[in-house]
Amino acid sequence: MTDIDMAGLGACPIPINDYPNVLLAHGGGGSLSHMLIETMFAPTFDNEWLGPLHDGAVMDVDAGRIAVSTDSFVIDPLFFPGGDIGSLAVHGTVNDVAMCGATPTAITVGMVIEEGLPMEDLWRIVSSIKTAADEADVAVITGDTKVVDRGKGDGIFINTTGFGFVGDGVDISPARIRAGDVVLVSGTIADHGIAIMSVREGLEFETALESDSASLHGLVRTMLDAGGSGVHVLRDPTRGGVASAANEIARSGGLGIRLREVDLPLSDQVRAACEILGFDPLYVANEGKCLAVVDAAIADTVLAAMRSHPLGSDAAAIGTVVDDHPGRVFLTSRIGGNRVVDMISGEQLPRIC
Amino acid sequence: MKYVDEYRDEAEARRYLDAIASTVTRPWTIMEICGGQTHTFIKFGIDELLPPELQLVHGPGCPVCVTPLEMIERAIAIARRPDVIFTSFGDMMRVPGSDADLLTVKAQGGDVRMVYSPLDAVRLAQANPDRQVVFFAVGFETTAPANALAVREAKLLGLDNFSILTSHVLVPPAMEAILGAPDNQVQGFLAAGHVCAVMGYWEYGPIADTYETPVVVTGFEPLDLLQGTYMVIKALEEGRFGVENQYTRAVTLDGNTPAQELLGEVFTTVDRPWRGIGTIPLSGYDLRAEYADFDAVLRFDVEAIAPPENEICIAGEIMRGLKKPHDCPAFGSECTPEHPLGAPMVSSEGACAAYYQYGRAV
Repeated sequence: MTDIDMAGLGACPIPINDYPNVLLAHGGGGSLSHMLIETMFAPTFDNEWLGPLHDGAVMDVDAGRIAVSTDSFVIDPLFFPGGDIGSLAVHGTVNDVAMCGATPTAITVGMVIEEGLPMEDLWRIVSSIKTAADEADVAVITGDTKVVDRGKGDGIFINTTGFGFVGDGVDISPARIRAGDVVLVSGTIADHGIAIMSVREGLEFETALESDSASLHGLVRTMLDAGGSGVHVLRDPTRGGVASAANEIARSGGLGIRLREVDLPLSDQVRAACEILGFDPLYVANEGKCLAVVDAAIADTVLAAMRSHPLGSDAAAIGTVVDDHPGRVFLTSRIGGNRVVDMISGEQLPRIC
Repeated sequence: MKYVDEYRDEAEARRYLDAIASTVTRPWTIMEICGGQTHTFIKFGIDELLPPELQLVHGPGCPVCVTPLEMIERAIAIARRPDVIFTSFGDMMRVPGSDADLLTVKAQGGDVRMVYSPLDAVRLAQANPDRQVVFFAVGFETTAPANALAVREAKLLGLDNFSILTSHVLVPPAMEAILGAPDNQVQGFLAAGHVCAVMGYWEYGPIADTYETPVVVTGFEPLDLLQGTYMVIKALEEGRFGVENQYTRAVTLDGNTPAQELLGEVFTTVDRPWRGIGTIPLSGYDLRAEYADFDAVLRFDVEAIAPPENEICIAGEIMRGLKKPHDCPAFGSECTPEHPLGAPMVSSEGACAAYYQYGRAV
């Protein structure tokens, strides 16, 4: 969802004529490393914790519960409709922290760059990290850069670690699910995975498919304000999709989940792409969607709150927690039949015919 | 979504289920030919909504499943060569050979790539003149025309670095093999709609007459399958046999004649081994002599690779309708999608994968 505000951040601060590509020495700890840090990273992410350029950041914080999450991002292509590896690396970790019921505060950024990456691409990615971090209201407080030999990386790999504080009265845990709880999803599913596949494999559709990559902390805040402790579980259904997230919740919570196929929000384009490729959208990745299990008594209130948020306008109730078949997820098909929705083995592969 | 939602309407599905239930008076065993049809049956839970007298058995129409082990082993041997870019549809990547699959070869450094069309493989050959590009040409009459087109295109372009590993199989000889077996249990067929979209359904008349069996050309959506099932049941109950066409929106009696002409130009009909079933006479396509230069088996001299099949896997009996996936002692234990013993546990069209994924008898 994030457009890179290149105009706002200006042109690449490294003289392109001098260094059109990232070199091994840019990660070697010598003068080129320092130039990269001092002209590109430090001024871009400038804040009071990063400023000293020490071995680590030191923050004063209030006592309370802290939520921490780390994630590594590898994606081909680096730039895709609706985002890039930079924005994705911020959104992914911000969302993991938000799914703990926490308000994200800060992130760290570690980059493993393949020798030869165009300096302009690095600048686009760094700019995108900055824009996404600003939108999520998180500071980039420390980082690391390594450069590996050409052929030993896929352009760039990024690791981000984030933390945030969990508010009073918030208790997010699969152990809290109860029979009768309602399963909510914040919008159309499978958008990210299909958008990536369409550019990676050169598939063309009549309308452009965009990744849903976005920071969900604001949406989560809205849901927690509306539902309080009635919000039992939050999960962002990234790799493995809604099916895998629902299975994890059912297994951890020791109860069953029954989904309704007719209620799953799906855009027509994504649905058509899934039909053509033989993919089940339940297993396709999302990067800007939230799956929630909430107390039935407050489900309508939380759903209305989600729909009032720009990232939740297509939110829907898609299933319920049941006490039969513990640990498993079932789905009532469009025509009223039944099937198990299991964890997927490996990746979905496009079918032959 | 247009052309999908109309064929998944719950009220209409109920109407057909009621009609089937009120027509059935005794047990019947019917086979859907195509793995895509099997998956729709299970994915939408239709199998559990049908009356218990009706036994659905799952046919051999899964290209991945019937590709013989020797072809998988030949593919692996070719894909391991450093001078080769080996291309395949996604489904074939995870089919187990004796000790590896194509994804393992890729992980070990082989240049194995997934493509969506054989013409993509031709373009790869044009772009990489110093490499040999091989396409794994598997499938039924549905995929064969595009593969024929790719070979003709490569010949027109004068490419000497493109070839196909051909393992095409044909539906009608397989139906005859099933019906002609002494232990056959199949009483009616849902014929594979997409195969018939290419080939028409004129080939099925003699089979239906010889074996006095109703054959209904059927589509792939839930309502297609329910209507097709209803038509087969009605014929069986009335003692009729012959060929009917449920899938009229895609299939005509003559089929796609330009595609058939192309098939005739590039391929010739040959005996083919089917994985788990054995060799069926005149049941597959191979390249004509005029196109032998594009035959990967000859180019890479892999004809001698012919390993024996795994003895535990009962895929052959499942695909002939004699057994169900959960009748197999290895189902869900030794044989899972993570560690498949046989191809039906791998493919998105395999009966074992459908039973496992959608939780039938596990």
